[in-house]
Amino acid sequence: MEQLTNIANRLRRDIIEMVYQSSAGHVGGDLSVIDILTVLYFKVMNVSSERVNDPDRDRFLLSKGHCTDALYCVLGEKGYFDKQEAILSFCRFGTKFIGHPNTDIPGIEINSGSLGHGLSVGVGMALAAKMGSRPYRTYVVLGDGEMAEGSNYEGMMAATHFGLDNLCATVDCNRLQISGRICDVMNSDSLPAKFREFGWNVVEVADGNDSDQLVEAYEKAKDCKGRPTAVIAYTLKGKGVSFMEDEAAWHHGVMNEEQYRQAVKQLEGIIT
Amino acid sequence: MNKITNRQAVCDTLLKLAETDRDIVVLCSDSRGSASLKPFAERFPEQFVEVGIAEQNLVSIAAGLAACGKKAIAASPASFLSTRSYEQAKIDVAYARTNVILLGISGGVSYGALGMSHHSVQDIAVMTALPDMRVYLPSDRFQTAKLIEALMQDDKPAYVRISRSATEDVYDEHMPFWLDKANIHAEGSDVTIITCGELVPYAVKAVELLEKEGIRAGLIDMYCLKPLDEDTALAAAERSKLIVTVEEHSPYGGLGSLVAQIFSAHRPKKLLPLSLPDGHIIAGTNKEIFAHYGMDAKGIATSVIQALSEV
Repeated sequence: MEQLTNIANRLRRDIIEMVYQSSAGHVGGDLSVIDILTVLYFKVMNVSSERVNDPDRDRFLLSKGHCTDALYCVLGEKGYFDKQEAILSFCRFGTKFIGHPNTDIPGIEINSGSLGHGLSVGVGMALAAKMGSRPYRTYVVLGDGEMAEGSNYEGMMAATHFGLDNLCATVDCNRLQISGRICDVMNSDSLPAKFREFGWNVVEVADGNDSDQLVEAYEKAKDCKGRPTAVIAYTLKGKGVSFMEDEAAWHHGVMNEEQYRQAVKQLEGIIT
Repeated sequence: MNKITNRQAVCDTLLKLAETDRDIVVLCSDSRGSASLKPFAERFPEQFVEVGIAEQNLVSIAAGLAACGKKAIAASPASFLSTRSYEQAKIDVAYARTNVILLGISGGVSYGALGMSHHSVQDIAVMTALPDMRVYLPSDRFQTAKLIEALMQDDKPAYVRISRSATEDVYDEHMPFWLDKANIHAEGSDVTIITCGELVPYAVKAVELLEKEGIRAGLIDMYCLKPLDEDTALAAAERSKLIVTVEEHSPYGGLGSLVAQIFSAHRPKKLLPLSLPDGHIIAGTNKEIFAHYGMDAKGIATSVIQALSEV
């Protein structure tokens, strides 16, 4: 079986193609979150493109919806739709592959795009599972910049109150947002302490771009009973393309042809 | 005088429906008492979700439940539900097309002297502006019950505003009801009053006053603000010299605006819009407030007579 790291790197190559062809998207966050998405979709979650409407499928919400480019590449790779169609039509006139998740795309659970919604919607989905004694789990991926939205803390409070051990939130902590370093823009530091204070089980992942570390974290999340788990994954924005790494300008930067060739060369060099 | 509130009618209807429908889930934001939903919470605790004072969370959680097959009713004071959680209504309910009924309790100026923070006189404007969001202001307990029953039969989003105090009965349990079809109380060649919500009983009395003055007055209960029953409004414009809208709402973006929009597109007609002012609303009971702004029976009749003299 292909290694998760290699799948993620192939998807990085797809992301670069998608954002270059469209001159759109959020490439920096795509590259930081792609390992998380790959581990969830190819290892952790009970989902399949052949069971799109299975009531017991695990539910996934990309609360940092602007990184839907990465999610489209993952879903395409999983066979939910023709990945090439997504890459070539992303953000173009009349496309269904718009710049935020929407349910016209098979595999997307709910329309979204505005930050600070996913956790509370995920609470509702996890509650529905508890009410109906359904076995599915709900996974929500947030950004660390997104944690400045106050609504997240309403969701955090409710998730513990309802004892939602079938809910797992992951924060893609790449430490950058559109205006610069998160610590300078609005410091959302100490996220593990914040989640713990709200009663969550917290699993920190020192390298959130390391598949093995992520797999281990999600196993711990599944083992935790009685309360929700937050996986705080410390990632690198722009991971895999040297000139994009840890640079806020690449939050939604657009590559010129030379940069595109350089990015492709670097990524093809690490794909086995 | 009827003592049963519309919120109690909602609870009674949901209690009845939940006996056979285990997918119904009622959510409150520390509002089960003011929404009269305590009996539901006690009878069906496993179908009731309390989120505390957190309206944004209320609406998003309702949407999450609905996205997983539940029929969610999120009840909170209309003032907070329509603006505090407006973004959640926009994204998680309207845009996501989730099966959520947003139940705005104590709507309009129900809270009387509590001030602007507790008034919801912009809710028609903001909620009708959301694609796929239906908007309803039922008048009495019978219409409220029929509306809730009808809405629970489909899986589309809706915003429903109800009042806090008991509204005088306009109908009875055998009333005719079709979803999205206005109730016509009377047809009149001189004037037709189009109104909704708890102002309907006032308008009924206004019609009686006008008849005593020899004015042939019609009355339409336009409980369905979106989709607006355009055919009924246009037919009234056809037969009456004057149309008067009366609403417990700001002058902007409410019933008057919606009706004017239809008329200007299809049949230009003189329209007198009666509403609350665009500004500070005087303190008092809702009854006192309606009287102050000329929206009680006498005030409506006086405005109609004045406007007819100018037609």
